[in-house]
Parts: sequence; structure tokens; C-alpha cells
Amino acid sequence: MIASPFRTVDADAPTFVVELSQFTGPLDLLLSLIRDEQVDIYDIPIARIAEQFLARIGSLALDEAADYLEMAARLLRIKAQMLLPRADGEESWEDPRAELVRRLLEYQQMREVVDLLEHRGEERRHQFNRRWVPQAADIAPISAPLALTLTDLLAAVDRVLRTTKEPMTHDILPRALDVAGAMTTIRTMLMMRRRARWSDLIGQDAEPWQVLSVLLALLEMAKLGELRIAQTRPFGSVEIRCDAVSEAA
Amino acid sequence: MTPLAKLLEAALFAAPRPLGLDALATLDPEASPAAVSAAVDELREHYDVDGHGVELVEQGGGWQILTRAEYAEAIERAQVAVRPQRLSAAALETLAIIAYRQPIGRAEIEEIRGVAVGSVLKSLHERGLIDVVGRSEGIGRPLLYGTTGQFLEQFALRHLEELPRADELAIALRGAGSAVLSE
Repeated sequence: MIASPFRTVDADAPTFVVELSQFTGPLDLLLSLIRDEQVDIYDIPIARIAEQFLARIGSLALDEAADYLEMAARLLRIKAQMLLPRADGEESWEDPRAELVRRLLEYQQMREVVDLLEHRGEERRHQFNRRWVPQAADIAPISAPLALTLTDLLAAVDRVLRTTKEPMTHDILPRALDVAGAMTTIRTMLMMRRRARWSDLIGQDAEPWQVLSVLLALLEMAKLGELRIAQTRPFGSVEIRCDAVSEAA
Repeated sequence: MTPLAKLLEAALFAAPRPLGLDALATLDPEASPAAVSAAVDELREHYDVDGHGVELVEQGGGWQILTRAEYAEAIERAQVAVRPQRLSAAALETLAIIAYRQPIGRAEIEEIRGVAVGSVLKSLHERGLIDVVGRSEGIGRPLLYGTTGQFLEQFALRHLEELPRADELAIALRGAGSAVLSE
């Protein structure tokens, strides 16, 4: 009956043109067909309407639109269900079109509201309140080439930089540790007295760099075998002694 | 005009949105609700009787001073103010469904319209006509949409009840459905 429901689209044919101004969806198209054919919505000649629906979605190049195809499939299924034989007097038979009719009526009812809203909205558009704030600003895409001199650009950069906060800077003074100096001090002290304590090596108000220098010097000298570091008991004071071997050598 | 009517006029002039009687009543703590209501009437008549370019209109949940329709064209031609853009048919359909069935989820809207409505919902939301009003208890807890005050204002509705009730529309849905089944 339907020769070619889904017309093959030519390669050079415009692809997927939905005529939005014409139909807002498959139900809209279906209602329009029902109106054009002047058929009773409660007794839709489903075969005829299905045929027309397929022809229209073909001619509208809508056949790629899933929503329309889904409706087309639904119509064909209803058509098939209508053809099924049913026993006379079968009570439980339900018109396969019932669900479609319900949806169409619901949709039509909503369209009445649309008409009402459209009318009210159009009237309201003729009145301005004191300050109409445009809901969506129309920002035209910039297509013109950028007209800008270097001076303008530098001035803009300058303006931006002026507003930024001055970064916080710290001056870091390099203060090298004096390990060699500390080693000389320790050697001198150990020459005068055979043993010394940590507290003897560091003055009362030594600066951190001095403390570190002495520590590193001690470790270095211990490594070289010039002195021994001993702690006789836990948490006791550290005793520094001149190494006997190096002394002998 | 009475001092109260003048006060209301000043407030209505300053407000970007319609002002309800409650909001107007807070302007003068000593004025009774009846006095505020009377002052609104006085102001409205003042605009109507004395012949003004503006009028006092009740819509969008309150009162608002609007220019008279006859001057719209001249105002727009002179580019003094911009009219809101018309909504597309698809947007109006979606809005109508939300207005009647709110709170409503996207799937239900698509069921009624027979098409996908994702992008339409987005643009209606951007225009401030609908908003997310909650989440459904259903699977995936989908978002539920409802209309806003901006919707009432843009469609010159005092409140949602001003829309005809569903059973007042020409087609009584449920009755029709059962009629089909009983055939």
C-alpha cells in the first residue's frame, strides 16, 4: 500500500530541515492531518492517516527526526493491531487507538492554553514597565577585524597592571656557614684543654648560623678523626675530646 | 491625591517588579490594609481619569506601572526600550504544560509534547520563566520545574489561578478518554 515510506534522501538533498514554524512535533503534525482530512478524532482511519503521516515526514525531510519516526512506528503498529481478527462479542477488546486518542486530546488541550498564553503575551508586549531588563543580552559575534593601535594596547595593559596588587617580596641575604672558621676555633680550644663541652663551644647568644657552623665542624672533625664525641649517659652533656690517635700521629 | 497614594506611586515607580499589597503596606506602618487598597484604587483612577501615558496594572502577583499599549510602537521605534522577544511555538507549548502540571519533570513534558524538550527547558530557564522547584521521588530523582513570577508578569496574569482550569478547556480530557474505551 505504501510504496516507499522512507524516501531515500539524495546525497545533495538538504539534510534534516525541520520546519519549526510549521509543526512543533509529531502530535502537531498528526493533529493537522486529522483536521485536514476532517476525520473524527475518536474514530481515526488509522491506515489512511498513517500513510499520510509517512508521506508528510518524507516531504518535509523530517525522516531523520527520531520523534517523528517513533510516531510513525506507533501508527503502523496500531494499524497492524487493528487488522488482527477479534472474536465477536469479545468484551475485553480495547481499541488500539485509545492511547493515541488520549495523547492527541491532551495535546490539543495544551494547545488551547498555548493560544491563550500567546494572546496574553502579545498584549503584554505592548506595554513597558519602567525598566525592562532584557532577559538575554544579544551579543553579536565579533566578525570585524580588531582595530587597535599599539599605544591603545599598552595603555590597556598599563591600566590592568595598575589595578593588580603589588606582590610581596622578601630580600633574602645569603649568609654562608663558616664551617672552616668553626673548625679552627674548636682546634684552638682543644689544644688548650683536652676536653670541652658543647656549651663551651657556643657562646651565650650565638646566632643560628654560628650554631650550625659549630655542629657541622664537629661532625666534620669527628669524621676526619680529629676528635671524639661521647655522651656518657642519656640526656647528659656531650663531651668532646681530642682524639688520641690523631694526637699521636 | 492623598499622601498615601503619592507614596505608593513613588514606590511603584521605583520598583522593577510588581508590588503586592503586602509590600505596599510596609511603606507606611500606620496605614491599614483597607487604606492601602483604597490608595491603590485612587492611583489607578488618577491615571485613568486624568489621562496619563501610563496606567496601573495588576499582574504578576502585584501592581505595576506600565506604559499604555498605544505608545508601544513609538517607544520601540525610537529605541527607548526593548520588547521581550516572542517565544517560539515549541517554547510556548512547553511553558503551557509546565504552567498546568507543575511541578513536572522533563520526561512527562516530553510524553505530552512527543518531542525532546531539553534545549527548550534551558532557554525558558534562561529567560526566567521557569525554575527548578524540586526533585521527584522517582528513579534518578529527576528535576521538577515550575513557573516563576516573571512568567505571570510576561503573560499579564495576576496569578496562576487566572488560567482556565483544565476542565474548563473545550476538551474535557478524562471524560473523552473513557468515552473512547466504552465505544
